[in-house]
Amino acid sequence: MPKVGVIAVGQSAFVRSYPGSIRELAFEAFRDALSGSGIKANDIEASLICSAPEYDKQRTPAGLVAEYLGLNPQPTFYVESVCSSSSSGLRTAYALIASGLHEVVMVLGFQKMSEISSAESQERMGRGADIQWEAPFGTMMPAYYAMHARGHFTKYGTTEEDLALIRLKSSTYGVINEKAVFRKSLTLDKIMEPKYIATPLKMMDCCANADGLSCIILASEERAKDLCKKPVWVKGLGMATAPINMAGRDTFSGLKCAQLAAKRAYEMAGVGPKEIDVAEVHDCFTIAEMMAYEDLGFAEAGQGKELIRNKETYKEGRIPVNVDGGLLSKGHPIGATGGSQIRTIALQLKGEAGEIQVPGAKIGLVHNIGGVGIYGNVTIFGVD
Amino acid sequence: MGFEQFGVVSFTATTKVEKFVDFLREGKVCGTICKACGAKFFPPRSDCNCCLSDDMEWFEILGDGNLLTYTEAMYAPAGFEKDVPYLLGVAEFKDGAKVFGRLDKSMLEGGITPGMKIKLKTVNLEEGRISYELTSA
Repeated sequence: MPKVGVIAVGQSAFVRSYPGSIRELAFEAFRDALSGSGIKANDIEASLICSAPEYDKQRTPAGLVAEYLGLNPQPTFYVESVCSSSSSGLRTAYALIASGLHEVVMVLGFQKMSEISSAESQERMGRGADIQWEAPFGTMMPAYYAMHARGHFTKYGTTEEDLALIRLKSSTYGVINEKAVFRKSLTLDKIMEPKYIATPLKMMDCCANADGLSCIILASEERAKDLCKKPVWVKGLGMATAPINMAGRDTFSGLKCAQLAAKRAYEMAGVGPKEIDVAEVHDCFTIAEMMAYEDLGFAEAGQGKELIRNKETYKEGRIPVNVDGGLLSKGHPIGATGGSQIRTIALQLKGEAGEIQVPGAKIGLVHNIGGVGIYGNVTIFGVD
Repeated sequence: MGFEQFGVVSFTATTKVEKFVDFLREGKVCGTICKACGAKFFPPRSDCNCCLSDDMEWFEILGDGNLLTYTEAMYAPAGFEKDVPYLLGVAEFKDGAKVFGRLDKSMLEGGITPGMKIKLKTVNLEEGRISYELTSA
């Protein structure tokens, strides 16, 4: 396969309520990606705009954003796989470049969730599951992941305290991430306060809604070397899907789509889990990070709890995970999340991650899930 | 009455399997089985993705199932606020048919444990709406 490189990354601050419109929010991450890069709007041959619909009123946002960023008349279109939309955007950009159709493609993920209430937002997320057979019962994302937490607890003896340790790690890094929405220092006692959202998940087991935007620019090998001093290369792309309906699932202790996506990404990259130096995983809930440890092969099934108990996923540990605070601290502006994860890994591999830099990181992994394990995207990046 | 009568809030007005609601009114929770290849489906489908046939018949989910997982929701999405708290779960029945839905709230009194025996019952909701619940066997 031809080489495809990440040549620029940008992100807006993730905030509870952005004081501007979607196009203005888009410009923040676009400016962040392009500033100092030497890349200009007319270098970008096509743009992919990624988000989950219905959080704001704009229909067909690709046209709107492309115009505001000065990307007409280049091609633009919309890519959607709910929470993993921008990883699916990256996958699409890779294909556009590897096929030779375009040489430089931008993936822009956004979400402005503050235009509707939290209950309305949960209703839309619930409709990200099966609206015919499940939403009529009152489904919402915390409840779906809570059922997986219960499944994991029952099968492996994982506890609420184990999940709290994941939030404690997230808080350690959220405090120092100036683009994170949740920057308060948390104690284990605070995390364990019995404010249940959907048992056994409590308030602090859940990420917050946010407004935010991410921007990733990819290029062919030749153009990447031309436009960027230190490109980060896409080494492996894995994507898999699982039934949208819980009645179609074999297990409630892991996500099949993530397991399969990881297998495909590792095969394409020619590496295994032991060779990953740093990872960003989709911790929309603490249980999601616990399952990711196991689905990605960082731990055997049921042994994820040992990783966090032994602090192996801290920056100094065997496999640092979400050392930017993850979704739990950064917030989860749905369409922007995957791009934010990719940005963190690109900065890590370039040695530009500042206070959270994992020394000598050469191979990084992004795990980005859409819905409750409907879409699984696992992408591996490397410096060579 | 059609499929829009199913559940607390319905988001689907029209489906080829709306007879599901008629069966609920008879006290039955039913899936479909493909007459051509024998594949069984719950929730019911009108098309078989195994052999492409659309020749289906109904079967009732009978007997005791096994509770796989559950949660007690303390918050609700818009439209479901008055039900809080409520229980959601998944149980597995004969031939591997899995059923997702609300659990009977009275189950909280006796304690709920994955692995416990479950049966299905139909429930009449406000304004002529109808649904099913998972309850202790």
